[in-house]
Formats: sequence, C-alpha cells, structure tokens
Amino acid sequence: MSKISRRNFLKSSGAAAAIPLMGAAGNVLAKEKDPLPNTGMNLDYPQTTITNSSQLPVNKAVSFNYPDNKSPCVLLRMGHPVSGGVGPDSDIVAYSILCNHMGCPLKYDSTSRTFKCGCHFSIFDSEKTGKMVTGQATENLPRILLSYDKVSGDIRAIGVDGLIFGRQANVL
Amino acid sequence: MTQKIKDRIALPPVNAQKTNMTCHFCIVGCGYHTYKWPVDKEGGREASQNALGIDFTQSVGPQQLSMTPAMTNTIKDKDGQAYNIMIVPDKQCVVNSGLFSTRGGAMGSLMYNDTGASKERLKYPHFFTGDDWMDLDWKQSLAIYAGVTKRILDNDGADQIMFNAFDHGGSGGGFENTWGTGKYMFSALKTKMVRIHNRPAYNSECHATRDMGIGELNNSYEDSEVADTIMFIGMNCYETQTNYFLNHALLNLQGATMEKRKKWFPKETIEDSRFIFVDPRRTTTQAICEQTAKDRVLHLQIEPGTDTALFNGLLSYVVAQGWHNKKFIAQHTSGFDAALKANKMSLADCSKITGVSEADLKKAAEWAYKPKASGHAPRTAHMYEKGIIWGNDNYKIQSALVDLVLATQNVGRRGTGVCRLGGHQEGYARPPYPGPRPAPYIDREIINGNGQMLTVWGCNSVLTTVNDQRYQATIIKRSNIVREALIQAGGGLNTEKIVDIIYDAVTKKGGLFITSIDLYPTKFGKLGHLMLPATLPGEMNLTSMNGERRLRLSEKFMDAPGIAKPDCLIAADIANTLKALYSSEGNTDMAKRFSGFDWNTEEDAFNDGFRKPEGIDSQGGATGTLVTYERLRAMGNNGVQLPVKEFRDGQLIGTEMNYMDFKFGTKDGKAHFLPAPWTGLPEPVEKQRRKYKFWINNGRTNHIWQTAFHDKYYAFRTERYPMAPIEMNPDDARALGIESGDIVELYNDYGSTYAMAYLEPNMKSGHTFMMFGYFKGTVGEVVTDWTDQNVVPYYKGTWADIRKASAMAGYKESVSFKSRQIV
Repeated sequence: MSKISRRNFLKSSGAAAAIPLMGAAGNVLAKEKDPLPNTGMNLDYPQTTITNSSQLPVNKAVSFNYPDNKSPCVLLRMGHPVSGGVGPDSDIVAYSILCNHMGCPLKYDSTSRTFKCGCHFSIFDSEKTGKMVTGQATENLPRILLSYDKVSGDIRAIGVDGLIFGRQANVL
Repeated sequence: MTQKIKDRIALPPVNAQKTNMTCHFCIVGCGYHTYKWPVDKEGGREASQNALGIDFTQSVGPQQLSMTPAMTNTIKDKDGQAYNIMIVPDKQCVVNSGLFSTRGGAMGSLMYNDTGASKERLKYPHFFTGDDWMDLDWKQSLAIYAGVTKRILDNDGADQIMFNAFDHGGSGGGFENTWGTGKYMFSALKTKMVRIHNRPAYNSECHATRDMGIGELNNSYEDSEVADTIMFIGMNCYETQTNYFLNHALLNLQGATMEKRKKWFPKETIEDSRFIFVDPRRTTTQAICEQTAKDRVLHLQIEPGTDTALFNGLLSYVVAQGWHNKKFIAQHTSGFDAALKANKMSLADCSKITGVSEADLKKAAEWAYKPKASGHAPRTAHMYEKGIIWGNDNYKIQSALVDLVLATQNVGRRGTGVCRLGGHQEGYARPPYPGPRPAPYIDREIINGNGQMLTVWGCNSVLTTVNDQRYQATIIKRSNIVREALIQAGGGLNTEKIVDIIYDAVTKKGGLFITSIDLYPTKFGKLGHLMLPATLPGEMNLTSMNGERRLRLSEKFMDAPGIAKPDCLIAADIANTLKALYSSEGNTDMAKRFSGFDWNTEEDAFNDGFRKPEGIDSQGGATGTLVTYERLRAMGNNGVQLPVKEFRDGQLIGTEMNYMDFKFGTKDGKAHFLPAPWTGLPEPVEKQRRKYKFWINNGRTNHIWQTAFHDKYYAFRTERYPMAPIEMNPDDARALGIESGDIVELYNDYGSTYAMAYLEPNMKSGHTFMMFGYFKGTVGEVVTDWTDQNVVPYYKGTWADIRKASAMAGYKESVSFKSRQIV
C-alpha cells in the first residue's frame, strides 16, 4: 500500500479540530419515522437529527457520524448562504471527513474554510459543495444531505451525495 | 450542472476478466488493473465474493483501498452485450503502489459509453461537404484522403504534404502508433514537413543533453528516494507527475526512505534530504514540501528566463570551491575548460541577474555539491521539465545545467541523474526523420501560404502552438477556401470529382485540405474537412514507456466505438490504399514505396518497428528484439526498464540507471561539456517585457490532462475550470478592478486571449500563471514566435497587459477560487 511515512500520517491525522457534539442526538443514530424525502439516491438512509440550528456557532466544525458510527462527518454553519446550505440562513452544510481519495482524515482549516488532507494534499471547498480545489480525489467531497425543520430548528441528516471512502455502498 | 448521485458501485465478481492497464495519461504511467464482467452479474461484499478480495461488509481503513466511483463504467461491446468495468490501481506496481491521481483515477469513466462523458467520441469518419459533416465508411474516406495525397505527391511533391503529429506513448500514442505513423510519413511518403504535437517543428525537446551524451531519462524513480538532495527545476510534480512525487520523491523528504539510503550507501554520511526548487513561481509542490520540512526546502525564486545565469553562477562557484570531480572530468568527459570559461559568472553577477541572494546561492551550492562529512560527494538528482524545455533558449539552458551536473558527476551514480520529468509517456519508434536540423518551422510555412494538405494526427495544435492567433486565423482562412470550393461545386460529385475540387482549391486558390485523425472531433478537426476515428489503450493493445523507461503493455479489453481503429492500422490503410492506386496504374516503384504495411493487428506494427530496430530510431534500442507481447504480458504492470539487457528464466531484465559505466551516448563515449554563456532574453521577448506589465507564465494544473480532449466533456473537470484560469497576485488584480471569476483579456504585440481570473495570494506581483492548452482561453495566442536554434519555442517567455473583459456571476457562484496551495 502507500508508503506515506508514519510521521506524516500522524501529522495529518489530527483530524478536524472539531467540537464534539453536545446534546442528546450525539452519535446516536436514531432512525426516525418520517417518510424519506426523494433524494434520488439508491439506498435506504437513516434520518438522524444531528443538532438544533440555534446551537450552531459560525465556522466551527461540529463532528457527528453518519450514516453509521464508522463514518465521521462534520457539520458547518458558514454564516452566509451557500449552495446546498440548509437552515434559517441557508448556510448549514455537512461533509464526510474521510478523504474520498484514500481515506485519510481531513482537517478543517477555518481560515480558508477548506478541508485539507495531510496524506496526499487534496483540498476541498466547504463553501462550494465540497468541490475539490486541488488534489487527487476523483470526485468532490461526499456531502451529507440535510433537512431543516422550521418548527423545531432541528437539522437532520437524510442521505449522502457521493461515495464515502472505504465502502462499496454508503449504507453498510 | 450537477453530477448524478453515486453512493453505491457494483463490485467485480471473482471470475471477472482481469487485464493490465498502464495509465493513459502522464509520463509516470501508474499501473492499473481492469476488471470487466457482464452487467447483470455482480460480486458480493465478502472478500471471497469479489475479485478485489476486499471485505466490504465493514468500512475499509485509510489507505487500504483505491476504489472510487470514477473508476467504474458500463460499456457495450460490438456483440451488444453490456459490461461493467472497473479500472483500479495496482498495489503491486512499483510505480504507484496502489496510488492514483485525479486524472488516472478517472480512466474508467472515460472509456467509451454512448451515454457517458466520452459519448462525443468519433465513431465513423466524417467528411465536411461544404456545409455539413457527413458520416462515411473507411473505404470512401480513404479514397478521398489517398486521392488528394496522390495528386499532390505526383504533381507538387512530398513537401506540400504536411503533418502535425503526436510522437509519444500513452494517451493513444505508443510504440505501435508512432511506428505506423512514422513509417507512413518518413518511409512511404518521405515528407520532412512534419511538426510534433506541442511545438512547431520536428525536433527534440532535449537536443542539448543528447548532444552531450546523456539521454534525458537516465535514472529510476527509486533514485529520488535515495538522493541526498534533489534540485527541482521548472517543474511541478505534485500536479503533473503526481505519483512520482507522492510515492517516491516525497518519501525521501519525509524520511521514510532513510533506512534504504543507509543500506544502499553504508560508508556515506546520510542526513535528512534536502529539496531545492528553481522556479519564479511558488508551486503547489513546493508548498507541500515546505509543510513537510520547511528548513530543508530552499526556493531559488529566479527572475523569469535566468536559469542559464543561475547554473553558470553555481558552476563557477562550485569549481572555485574545488567541489567538482576532477578525476571524472578528466577520464570521462571533454570540453570542460572551454565550457567553464564560456559560462564563467561571479556570484555577485549571478545574484543580480537571477534576483536570488548570494547567501541562497551559496546555500544551494552547499546542499547540492559540497562534499559530505564522510568526504563523499552528495548524491544530487536534477529533475526538470517545462521551465527548462519551454524556457529561455532550451538548448542553452540544458547545456548550462548538464555542464553543472557533469562537473559534479551527478549522473551514472544511484541517487543522482539529470532527467526531465516528462509530460506524456514515451513510445518512440520511427524511421530516421528525413529533414535537416534545424527542421522546418512548419507553422510558419502554413502561415506563409505553403503546404497544400495538412494532417493533424492525435493532437490539437491550434491549442498548443506559439503565435497562435495568427496561426488559427490562417487555418480558418485557408480551410474555408476548400470549403467554399466544395459548396460552389454543387452536388452529384463522385470521389474523383471531389478530389479534383480539393486539389484545385489547394493548388490554385491558396486553400489547405485538413484532416484530423483523433479520438474526438477536436477544435482543429472541426476547422478542417475530414475526421478519421482513432482508438485508446484498452480498445487496442498498446505499449508505452514511462519516465524511468519502464515499458508495459496495456491490454485490449473492450471494443472501440463505431468503426474507430488504432492509428497504426489507419496509417497502414492509407499506405495500402495508395499502394493499390499506384499498382492500378502500373507504377511499381511507387507501389513499392507504400508497401510493407500488411498488418492485421497492432502487434504486427509492434513487431515491424520496435522489434526490428536496425536503421530506425527506437527508444527500445538494439535489444528491442527481445521484447514480445507475450513476454511483456507476463511482466505485468512492472514491465521492464529499457534498454532490455537480456531475457532469462522467463523474465525480461532491464536497466535501472543509465551510464553507470560512464560510457556516454557520443561517438567517443565521453560526455561533452557545451559552452552556454548567459546572453539575456531574446529580443522579441525582451520587447514584450519592456512594453507590457505582466509576465504570462503558463503550464498545467492538476485537474486537466493535455488539451482536455476528454476533460472538456467531463463535468468534474469543466465545473472546476469552465475556462482557462489565470492566477494573479490579488493586489495586482484589484488595481485593475479584477476579482476572481471575472473574464480577463490578455493582449500584446502577438494577439489576445481570454482567461478566468483566479486571485492567488502566493503569486508574486507582476507575475501570473495561466493554464496551458485549454479549449477555452489559449495562452499561445500571446506567445511570441521566437524559438531556439532547433525551433524549440519559449512558451514561458511572454509579457502582456491584462484588462477586465467581463464580470461572470455564474463562475463566482459555482467555481471555487480558494488557494490551491496547502499552506
């Protein structure tokens, strides 16, 4: 396999300096009972409440797992409307943070608002639907599809656009 | 444009067909395996149920898997059966060890599929009737092509029959196809009026180093793992030779190869390695290296075009310090004293010309050439690419560099080498070029109204030439003369009449009959009159050689679209058609000239060229006779490094490093120093520099391969770059009211072109970097027509003014303009 040195791998695997998620939903993947929206996806995804939009700070990566505990993701509130953003300000997005090139953990750089891979140096733009800025992935960063409940303010994960690294299908 | 959501892929079943594939694209040539299986079958998730042998019932760990949706596709063979395919990196290939780049990783997606990215592939020959493109069969299209060729050859001579032709491996090139096309052009047709895909004449990009006795690909990628120091000159290997960098060079900087270095060189001092970057631009490669080991990375940020002064200053300093290898120079070289005298330059002058401080010049000399504590000379590899090749006087820069390398004996020892890093793969086997050196400047001939027929073979040189605005305008004008003649002639024309009309237009009216032989209807093809469909590796068997001379066979695994054919067999069809025409009129001499093309397969072409090296120019050399398809197939994705030494115990044994016996490629076996005095910028270039504000550096980016012949149809690429980006210093841009995403115009004495502004904080003020060879925004339109003594252009040497041409809200909305540098 790749001969990336251990030294460098460790340097890269500090992972996202993400805040652990507070609140009940946490990493528990409670499958909810609402009907699955038509996402055009192949798989039966769980619907999982991640957090409430009112609790989300701007430009801080909030970690959660989706669609299962082996798939680390982050939720971001960008502070301005972005393509694919949900929530009251259309500014909330979420991504898998396993680099979809070779699976190394991505680090969120809050200054440039990009995800960076320390193994093979791919860069993905969190404000442009995870588009690869440069690097060796063959797709943009898998995006967690979200829904926003206007009444409760809850943000829910409802699916994934793109194949999460290490899987034949996103739902194991 | 949105891409289809792909959150699941089909796995190959254990009995899927498995073949070898070398990546089509860059020179590194990563090894891949192709799996193919009927679309209604699918492998299971358990390791025992799929051909990859991977357990997908659980999430696979980091770096344990190289498989992405882009590696998959569904294709249809001519029998109507649909198959799934998957083209995945080969973990056992020593080149890439399972790694893939964003380009090679998408090979699967780019194989022909009538609803996919490659649906625009040419399926049938097309002929432009004057107002529309018509499908023709091979017989009819060859009758027109050969008919015009014969008429011109018989009446006006071979010099009127011109070609813009690929000369490479990979990307649809390869030994079979360079041989087939070369044998047709040089042996049968005997024309010297040929230019290569990316430059306006038939020449080498490396004449100087070859004249000095050193072929430009003389080490192995492994040498970059064990070098003490690597001097990277005018190259950006993270983006353009990705897995050479990630799987070899970077490991050295990271310290991952320290044990190997100690094992290989047990008597020498081995310290952490150092990288020196010679480049006016801070590249993404340098940024990555600085993030890895900032204190062991040195940037010699020279002023544009001053490489020769840099190498001369270093040579003079190194010799003054006594760090050159006197014994080696005396025994194995000639011309040292004369070169030293001609190249003499003080550090002070060197610093003044290059803009690099004397302290950094000394530091570079110490890192690269000062004897180590153990007394051994450091092992310094010098790796270069287009900064030199498309630099200020290719011949002179290369001479100055190789002078420095020879003086310090950084060739023929493991961990050294003076090598180009390369663009595409190699695969050259052709009869000797029949023209002089310097070769004719073909683009200038076309502009001057010469040439009656131009065949654009496997390239799109309206995107890859100098003085391009003038060139394109000429092509359009001269092509239209032929189109107008066809329209005026009316209907009811048989082949003979069509040939008459074309011949009349090109001989009496200044027209130019243009044929494009390619995978796609390229821009050049669409400007012409006839398009003939060619094939890719995978649709044909094809051999090519990578940047460490590693020869592999990419195996055919699927049918080509429509009636597309390998270039070598198209060349054979053309030759055989001409042979039949001459035979039918009893002209046996000419029929004989066009004989020797009785090939049924691409392997026949391989056996006729690569395996019969006597009297031809072949990168396989004299021992090419030892190589067969069967033997290569057995060598798999590791292949064999040319030249082959022997065939023993079922294995082809190759050569890891050239010149280890210090017998160089000259008549006397000595390496020859060449004088290379610094003389400044060429006059036409200097004129642009004085007159215009911005240096228009240009080159490749990570996402895009060559002229984007596939990429222009692939949403993942075009969403990234809807047109050619130009990176600008943010302050420079703002002073002109330019923001990222704006359309800007570049203009100078040679012409004007357009690009998408991309503000890059690391760009030096007054400098820019525009993507080369793109289909929308062609930098060659502002490049001067100056060339070196061998007609090698200076693409990197132009200056222009820039203005905001248009805002573009759509680009600002959809394109990312974040810095491409990791730090």
